[in-house]
Amino acid sequence: MSTLLEINNATLKFGGVVAVNDLTFSVEEGEVYAIVGPNGAGKSTVFNLISRFYDPYAGSLTFDGHNLLDRNADAVADLGIARTFQNIELFDHATVLQNLLVGRHRHRNTNLVQEMLFTPKVRREEKRHREAVEEVIDFLDLQPYRDKMIAGLPYGVRKVVELGRALASGPRLLLLDEPASGLSVEETQDMRWWIDDIRKQMGITVLMVEHDMGLVSGVSDRVLALADGAKLAEGTPQQVQSDPAVIEAYLGAGAA
Amino acid sequence: MRIHFKTSYNHDIRLFPDWWSFLVYATLIVIAVVLPWVLDDFFLGEVTNVLIWAIAGLGLMLLTGQTGQASLGHAAFLALGCYSCIIFMEQGWPFLIAFPAAGILTGVVGTIIAIPAIRLHGIYLAIATIALSILADDIIVLMEPITDGVSGKFAPMITIFGIEIERWTTPDRFYWLVLAVTILCTLGYRNLLRSPLGRAFAAVRDSEVSASAMGVHIARAKAVAFGISCAITGLAGALMGFYAGAFNNETFSIVISITLLMMIVIGGLGSIHGAFFGAVVVAFLPQFLSMTKDFVGGGSVAIPGLETGVFGMILILFILFEPMGIYGRWMKIRIWFELFPFARKDMFKRQKSYLKTERLR
Ligand SMILES: Nc1ncnc2c1ncn2[C@@H]1O[C@H](COP(=O)(O)OP(=O)(O)O)[C@@H](O)[C@H]1O
Ligand SMILES: [Mg+2]
Repeated sequence: MSTLLEINNATLKFGGVVAVNDLTFSVEEGEVYAIVGPNGAGKSTVFNLISRFYDPYAGSLTFDGHNLLDRNADAVADLGIARTFQNIELFDHATVLQNLLVGRHRHRNTNLVQEMLFTPKVRREEKRHREAVEEVIDFLDLQPYRDKMIAGLPYGVRKVVELGRALASGPRLLLLDEPASGLSVEETQDMRWWIDDIRKQMGITVLMVEHDMGLVSGVSDRVLALADGAKLAEGTPQQVQSDPAVIEAYLGAGAA
Repeated sequence: MRIHFKTSYNHDIRLFPDWWSFLVYATLIVIAVVLPWVLDDFFLGEVTNVLIWAIAGLGLMLLTGQTGQASLGHAAFLALGCYSCIIFMEQGWPFLIAFPAAGILTGVVGTIIAIPAIRLHGIYLAIATIALSILADDIIVLMEPITDGVSGKFAPMITIFGIEIERWTTPDRFYWLVLAVTILCTLGYRNLLRSPLGRAFAAVRDSEVSASAMGVHIARAKAVAFGISCAITGLAGALMGFYAGAFNNETFSIVISITLLMMIVIGGLGSIHGAFFGAVVVAFLPQFLSMTKDFVGGGSVAIPGLETGVFGMILILFILFEPMGIYGRWMKIRIWFELFPFARKDMFKRQKSYLKTERLR
């Protein structure tokens, strides 16, 4: 296995708050790597660093040999890094199908003039995009919602649509920010099978933030425990769960 | 009641979703083509006016309805399109070259102006673009040697392959020309909607963060949207010049910018239909008001600002009661008939949406 994502000594401050503190970790190709930690530990901020929404104060981020700091958010997506958001960020005034099709944007290879004329090439490409998207729709059982507007969909479905949009882009690395938060027990179970299949059948590396320890120990190979932006422990789910520093941090923060 | 059966991926890619809608639009176009034989010159002129406003509406719709960027500066682009087309023709260029060139020039200028402006969001962008409308007036006066300043210009005769086209002497030909431009712009818009760029525009409108996380270059997408929007607006401006016959620095005032924005809101943001519905309201409102005034009996009394006032009132009523515009209302009525008698009363209640407080966290 080779290292896909490498984060070295990353630090990010918001005013006085040190959200990420000299953090170093790496994700191997083909694994499911989970980040856990109390609220405000800096988990989502790590994702936003990788997505290049924020500039780190110090440190380096490398993906498959590419320096992420040389790139803007859209160019990070071009490398094959797709993500979901903790507070679902979908395109509300578009249908499920259209949302997933935006996921294909990094594969666009037609230009403005061709698209305005809708040339045969555009038509061919559209068919290709739609085939890829239909596969995702089948995989996630989204057929009943295919042509529905996002604005009217229940929370659980939106969560799945967001996963679908990320998958539609055909990523190498999938970042999932709390994929099971707000989901019912059954929905969480589905999510667990999907993450398993994403890794095993599609060969996509997964980096996820999750609170549900059942889900974390069920799907992940390695776990990183974060507190106040710094690494507390790293290892297999069992090792991390039984780590005294982790137990202390959770009890101290009073959160689960 | 129509039911869609999905037969292939081609289904969604098609220009018309089904035979029925193909039939509807084909009929509409046939009616539009034969209209000059049915209507008298006055009403044909009014319909021509509606179509020109609809083209301008499509231009702004692409930017505001599709990409989510408000602009109160589009009168300036109408002016640029109008002046450049007529100045090109005065240089001896044939209409068939001058007209698209005016569109392209307006599009390029729009893109360049957009580059600093796209950092601004929402109301700030709207305010900044007001400056454009105001500046346009001054620039036209300052550039008197080419624009003839306050005395203005007259639109020349259009000739296409030896056929002379003029608004007053050949209103039918002018109408067909405008109709052809309308159909071409609508087709281009429709094609964009079913291809990657159109979806990227909608993505930028709905969530910039996730659009960029999906690989959309936000600044570039906005600049391109500005460019296409301004190009279409420039074409509409040129046609407005030919329609009016004469124009000067005051023809394309800030009031036109505001009217254009109100028009697409009333018509229904984000849809092609909205531009057309809005254009009908804008073009026929003055007629309608003067008819009502005659009816009420105050025919000869001029009430300053009446038109703008009534227009503003309509806008407020729409924002309060039908934010989706006339198109939204139309869709609801259509769905109601299609589902009859199964429509439920609360079917169109807006769903509770989620607060996006800590957007990224
Ligand atoms: N955009 C921001 N501006 C200021 N502070 C922020 C911002 N984003 C996150 N923070 C702060 O950084 C810390 C880590 O936040 P976050 O990464 O969202 O935590 P979590 O582990 O719950 O995902 C918190 O103290 C939070 O308040
Ligand atoms: Mg978080």
